[in-house]
Amino acid sequence: MQYLVSVIDDMSTPGSSDKRPGISAFNERLIADGYWVFAGGLANPDAATVIDNRGEQQVICDGPFVESKEYLAGLWVWEAPDLDAALTLAAEASKVCDRKIEVRPFA
Amino acid sequence: MNDAEDAITRAYRDEWARVVAGLTRRFGNLDLAEEAAAEAFATAVARWPADGVPPNPGAWLTTTANRKGIDRLRRENQRDSKHKEAQMVFDNAPPESIGAIDDDRLRLIFTCCHPALAMENRVALTLRMIGGLTVAEIARAFLVPENTMGQRITRAKAKIKAARIPYRMPSAADLPGRVSGVLAVLFLVFNEGYLATGPGAGPVRADLTAEAIRLTRLVRALMPEDGEVAGLLALMLLTEARRTARISVDGELIPLDEQDRGTWDPTLIAEGHRLVRERLVAAAAGQVPGRYQILAAIGAVHTSARDIRDTDWSQVLALYDQLVNVDSSPIIALNRAIAVAELDGPESALVTVDRLEEELNGYHAFYATRADLLRRLGRSQDARAAYDKAIDLAGNTAETANLTRRRDQLQ
Repeated sequence: MQYLVSVIDDMSTPGSSDKRPGISAFNERLIADGYWVFAGGLANPDAATVIDNRGEQQVICDGPFVESKEYLAGLWVWEAPDLDAALTLAAEASKVCDRKIEVRPFA
Repeated sequence: MNDAEDAITRAYRDEWARVVAGLTRRFGNLDLAEEAAAEAFATAVARWPADGVPPNPGAWLTTTANRKGIDRLRRENQRDSKHKEAQMVFDNAPPESIGAIDDDRLRLIFTCCHPALAMENRVALTLRMIGGLTVAEIARAFLVPENTMGQRITRAKAKIKAARIPYRMPSAADLPGRVSGVLAVLFLVFNEGYLATGPGAGPVRADLTAEAIRLTRLVRALMPEDGEVAGLLALMLLTEARRTARISVDGELIPLDEQDRGTWDPTLIAEGHRLVRERLVAAAAGQVPGRYQILAAIGAVHTSARDIRDTDWSQVLALYDQLVNVDSSPIIALNRAIAVAELDGPESALVTVDRLEEELNGYHAFYATRADLLRRLGRSQDARAAYDKAIDLAGNTAETANLTRRRDQLQ
């Protein structure tokens, strides 16, 4: 079962210093233990562009599709046997990234 | 009631959870397990009066329900050839022995009370899958429309399936945290029964308190070593023992100090005290008691006293001091202040209570407690205002009646 693991950021609590070494070590373990499918950090939501080509003319606009205090800062895709296994890893991920984490199964 | 009906009622009460849990293990699907179990009981209703009650009703129901489950899968497979559910069918391991830690029912309880489910959905699912209550019964108990309750149960089952919440015992490392979630569900059911909310509800729902006790007994039988399970059971028994003394014939709440202690249930009290003593022995051996055990111990002190003056308040206060260490909620602090009032007088208790206003300004018991302290200090005007606020906020009809009387008795 694959889970999308979203790293949720919040402008008002930017978190502490550089987390990259810890995250890299965590990623190494995910790979070694067979959970890893994909991961990536995202640029700031200000860098997002939304395109809508459902009508006659395509419309391009600036900004994320939804304005909110919280935004997606990065994501993983994990292969895990069940939710409990994914939640155990997510608890660690939350510590390592110093962020909230959402775990959501692929349909 | 004839013998067959009697046997069906008993089998439903005793076997429902076991049948559903066994089917869940076998088929890996809560919906299918529940429907097949319901069909098996319906078959029993049709057959047992004519054919007689089988010698082992539990085994008969398990076998019948398994057959119903397989029939259902076959039918669904014919309807939809892509249906792969049948691949999950073949866990033919014999059911595990009763009372073992990994009993099927225990796994089902942990699944229904999984922390990834919303609390209200956990309650609904537990009462349905473990308690065997119908959706209509659960809806009635919690005063929500039946389709709302149906949706809660459907949503919970859908999440279990989509997110793949596992049907198994939590790992040893997760167990303490997960047990506390189970106990929270059971305590919520009990409290809703003990202090029912809503103007249309009776003040006490004996069916819900009884169901909560029955399910807690089940968890206790499955996890006899867990101190907090024992503590919660003791707490419920000692509270339930006072239930009938708590409401007057006019439907008014009777506070502890005015209750006729002769009407308390001595059997429940004896059982509760036995459990508290068991936990005291464990505490003496170094096991740190959790909040349910401490609350049960407080209940034991109250139920040991012949009357309110005979109550060992210093013992009560010592227990509250202990409780504050494991649970720093302002509600605990409020209850501790009530014990302080008995020992040191209302003045010093009021100082503590007033400090809690910011956190508890939506809670009726805060104003009720404050009102009583003000009344004892002779500050009638202030007491009246506090009673008014408490009456506004109280959701329980018997409590409202008692608060109103106490306000109206002010000089």
